[in-house]
Amino acid sequence: MASYIARRLLQLIPTVLFILIVVFALVRLLPGDPASAILGDRAVDADVERINRELGLDRPLVVQFGVFVKSVATGDLGDSIHLKLPVTTLIADRLPVTIMLTVMAALIAVVMAVPLAFVAALRRGTAADSTVRGAFQVGLSMPVFYLGLILLTVFGAKLRWFPVGGYGEGFVDNLYHLFLPAVTLAFSLSAILMRNLRSAIIGVIDAEYVQFARSKGLAPKLVLFRHVLRNALISTVALFGLSIGTLLSGAVITETVFAIPGAGRLMVDSIYGRDYPVVQGLTIALAVLVSVTFLLTDLVQVWLDPRVSR
Amino acid sequence: MSGPKTTEPVLDVRNLTATFGDGELTAVNDVSFTVGSGEVLGLVGESGSGKSVTLRSIIRLVPASGDVSGEVRWQGQNILAMRDAELRGVRGGQISMIFQEPMSALNPVLPVFTQIEENLKAHTDLDGNGRRARARELMDMVGIPDAARRLKEFPHQFSGGMRQRVMIAIALASNPRLLLADEPTTALDVTIQDQILKLILDLRDELSMSVVLVTHDLGVVAATCDRMAVMYAGRIVETGTVSEVFAQPNHAYTRGLLGSVPHAGTERSRLLSIDGTPPPLDRIPPGCAFNPRCEFATDACRATVPPLQDLSPGRSVACFNRDSVVAAGSPV
Amino acid sequence: MTDLAPPSERPRRLALPRPLILGGTILLLSIAVATFPTVFAPYEPDAFDYNALLQGPSMAHPMGTDNFGRDVLSRVIHAYTIDMQIAIFATIFPFFFGTIIGALVGYAGGIAETLFGRVVDAVITFPFLVLVIAIVSVLGPGLVNMYIAIGVVGWVFYARITAAEIKVQKRLDYADAGRAMGYTHMRIIFRHLLPNAITPAVVYWMTDMALAILLGSSLGYLGLGAQPPAAEWGVQIADGKNFMATAWWISVFPGVAIVLTGLGFSLTGDGLAELLRTKR
Repeated sequence: MASYIARRLLQLIPTVLFILIVVFALVRLLPGDPASAILGDRAVDADVERINRELGLDRPLVVQFGVFVKSVATGDLGDSIHLKLPVTTLIADRLPVTIMLTVMAALIAVVMAVPLAFVAALRRGTAADSTVRGAFQVGLSMPVFYLGLILLTVFGAKLRWFPVGGYGEGFVDNLYHLFLPAVTLAFSLSAILMRNLRSAIIGVIDAEYVQFARSKGLAPKLVLFRHVLRNALISTVALFGLSIGTLLSGAVITETVFAIPGAGRLMVDSIYGRDYPVVQGLTIALAVLVSVTFLLTDLVQVWLDPRVSR
Repeated sequence: MSGPKTTEPVLDVRNLTATFGDGELTAVNDVSFTVGSGEVLGLVGESGSGKSVTLRSIIRLVPASGDVSGEVRWQGQNILAMRDAELRGVRGGQISMIFQEPMSALNPVLPVFTQIEENLKAHTDLDGNGRRARARELMDMVGIPDAARRLKEFPHQFSGGMRQRVMIAIALASNPRLLLADEPTTALDVTIQDQILKLILDLRDELSMSVVLVTHDLGVVAATCDRMAVMYAGRIVETGTVSEVFAQPNHAYTRGLLGSVPHAGTERSRLLSIDGTPPPLDRIPPGCAFNPRCEFATDACRATVPPLQDLSPGRSVACFNRDSVVAAGSPV
Repeated sequence: MTDLAPPSERPRRLALPRPLILGGTILLLSIAVATFPTVFAPYEPDAFDYNALLQGPSMAHPMGTDNFGRDVLSRVIHAYTIDMQIAIFATIFPFFFGTIIGALVGYAGGIAETLFGRVVDAVITFPFLVLVIAIVSVLGPGLVNMYIAIGVVGWVFYARITAAEIKVQKRLDYADAGRAMGYTHMRIIFRHLLPNAITPAVVYWMTDMALAILLGSSLGYLGLGAQPPAAEWGVQIADGKNFMATAWWISVFPGVAIVLTGLGFSLTGDGLAELLRTKR
């Protein structure tokens, strides 16, 4: 296991390098000029030159990339143009909020998906199954910002059960503030997980090893959790890992709707403000976050399924 | 031959019927048989004859769409009428089952030890140490070397034959009185087959249990079983001791089956010599289900289902033209 | 023989899967509305009416009016034109180029496949929306730039699906037959393999159009997609968000349109998948 983890950690290096190349290429190669993007349409040539010099854009691409990698490696992602703060400081400040929101959403999604998948799979073809699957279809077509807005209005503004936005002070207050956004974010993920787990359970429930487990006279609960769920979860965990990117995308929107001071909100604000070092830094940070999550779900999969080569 | 092993039956199956899909398909039709103490009964037939479903129905191991009726007498009780909790006590504790494909019947994600231990947990009072010791003992008993280490391994780390031994170890963990074996050697190489069959017989003696062995292989029957019941299209068509049936089959189907074994009891081959295939469950012909494939068939066979008639205790046949079949002699 | 034909040989009534019928109906209606919005819309989508500000649903305005007195129903109807366009334009180029590249990669195998695998790994490490808004931030907001941004990323998924399917087809006999006949690689790929391998990509295309509407309206909501005062569902929801407590209809109805259209696409995708599965 230890050597497997070490190997997977080593694999992160090329992935991160690739992320840096993509982000670098994005900014340099796409049509559009960061300097005038920053300065707006009424930019003066002298200013453009100054910005280009500040950003090192007047040097050859290869050199630029070298400088870029070196500064990222030393933890320097440049400074925010508007907030006048190092981008790393901003990320360190905002990213934990996003991570907390995402983790909460992931937990809520799992808590919603697993029992529903069981109900739908065990009562296949009944009204309960159709209801759950219908809700799933709607859940997948429901945009995050729309669901957020409705929940915010109903449970925040009207019923006043939850705050109408912000992040609060202290851990418990944070949880309270993030609950509604997390539910919003969890909704479509739970729908995806539910569908996958439902068909995985259906695929497993008549498997020979489940029959064998039943023939041993085990309690139904034990058969269901140890033999059915554990095997059915293998593909769902893989899907869960692949959905983390979508979840973070949703977090960007959710934070905007609920005015949560996280990385996603910062990203959107920075785009409005054309604060391109922040956009670049956040893109890298979020991509690295996804790679790390991939690593974690891989480890869970190895733990769940001993057949996966270590 | 009323040998020493045909005393009071331990298992008495009466009029067992298993249907699927709201009674649309009848996989097992009015099947009755007994298993004596220490006896090995072979349930023989081609695939689709209902022998596997019969075996599973004994402990009600059928999908949710299935319905099992009749009576399965076991230690003074009817298994088919038991409450779920009682049934769980019987399953694995008193009656165990092993399957054809150990690769798909063993849970791929659990170490072997867990799969043995959960059986012990369900049916014995052993503590953690006791269960570990018993698990090692079981591995030794079924002939898996290096038990302590191998218990930690997963099914995919074992070879085919070893995997079947693992499954037997799991099934026998709680000292069952009856072992239901569903084609336990079909998926294995011929040499491994013999080892596994010998293991089952040895364990039968050692643990004084009875065995119901489902197989399509008459060679296996000859080598291991005391008595046999031949099934066709969900019904039993002939029963008797193995020597009786091999010496003189009374049913045309049994005769055909025996004809497909080149040298009875020694070599094995698939059952190919009867023309045609068994009917699908949803299109069983009227009368004797075997009549379209039968060289002895008469009008009576096409009109009515022949009843299973006792010839002597433990010997019965369901054939209108028994005399012609007997006159034709044994192909063996 | 007087045998009845076995069930599989009896002529079966060609039954379309229910999701396909339902989804297809929704889509056809959506397309009709998107093509002829003026036929369905009672008012001009941009007509201000200062005598009818923030009015709730009524006979005159079934979905009410917004803070400029614009008829919400008419705006929702006209938004069909833009949002259905988004569904198509955001996905057709990725579909087209993705399947071609996927076919080539899947056929070639070897280094091409390994390299492509790296690209896929890299792309899926970026949260899709984050990458798209990063690209839009460089290009500037607007629909065309949004299509470019989605296209730059989206082709990868089609390529991955097609490459996997081509690999399966490549092993079948008829591909060998093609090679034996001396056909060129291109002819084998595009005339013989791709037509048989394209189904999964088509099914994914349906789902992807639903996703495109979600993404397009999300960007519209964030102000990075369609620009106000255009009638686009995401933009409309953003316009109404400050009135949610008092005039919910401004935002709620466009959202219903999104959900309904999304359902239309995903049901069609599911139904299509089911139909093709049973056909095989």
